Amino acid sequence: MSDPVTALDGAVSDAGIATITEVPLQGMITLRGDLSTTAVKNAATGVAAVDMPGQGEANCVENRGICWMSPDEMLVLCPYETVAANIELMQKTLSDAHALAVNVSDARASFRVGGGRAREVIAKLCPVDLSPDAFKPGMFRRTRMAQVPAAFWMRDEDSFQIICFRSQAQYVFDLLTVAAQPGSEVNL
Amino acid sequence: MLSLTCPVCGVTAEETEFHGGGEAHLKRFGPGATDDDFEGYLFMRENPRGVHFERWRHAYGCGKWFHAARCTTTLQVFGTYAAQTYEPPKDICEKISGERPGWSWRLFK
Repeated sequence: MSDPVTALDGAVSDAGIATITEVPLQGMITLRGDLSTTAVKNAATGVAAVDMPGQGEANCVENRGICWMSPDEMLVLCPYETVAANIELMQKTLSDAHALAVNVSDARASFRVGGGRAREVIAKLCPVDLSPDAFKPGMFRRTRMAQVPAAFWMRDEDSFQIICFRSQAQYVFDLLTVAAQPGSEVNL
Repeated sequence: MLSLTCPVCGVTAEETEFHGGGEAHLKRFGPGATDDDFEGYLFMRENPRGVHFERWRHAYGCGKWFHAARCTTTLQVFGTYAAQTYEPPKDICEKISGERPGWSWRLFK
């Protein structure tokens, strides 16, 4: 068996106004189907052991969680090693429901942006209203980060977690590093 | 700046998070149609100054298609609505009538 590694081998950038850290291997399962059906809901909650999030929200506890991606798609987070077993469990729960569960863990990269200025760093890159009144912990947003698609949510008041395509990991890391370079405070 | 609200996921974002999909409510003319109908379906597009109906896709968000009614000169958005419809909903037409009395667009007014 080969040794799984993250895209950037745990890169860290903490010289600037926010700390950017690549998140260790994270299990991610894309679950598509009719989110209003019990089978699909149970498949997600059974694996993540958190409640179903509402529209545009994410429920995450440590490295488990459910993110609302679109009206027919969820991203289920779980520990990396448990993905295969969890997909099997999902298939059992789904039984003959029309749904799709796919392991996308190795197709994504994930970063954490932390610090009091994390909001500013994200706001420089995404066309999203990131004022504390508009974007709160628990909300989940798929959007554009400069030139690539990305999704993020707030883990707590001071830290964001970002998910992007693995092939774009270096680009996103560099973007964040530049957006957080020393002296680049916006002071909003 | 053109700001649209995706009716599928409820997110309001500016234009760059979306992708324009051309004119809305085109009726397809396929095999068996007359040449004129086919030409109209394939090439003839509205290019209005004012009220316009378009298809948009929330490309960087939920990925779903929807319709938008907007003004091409002021970028005012009268409303967005589901992709699964052949004509703009009544409330949006009424709103446009309130803002742009006497408007017409193809068969709608």
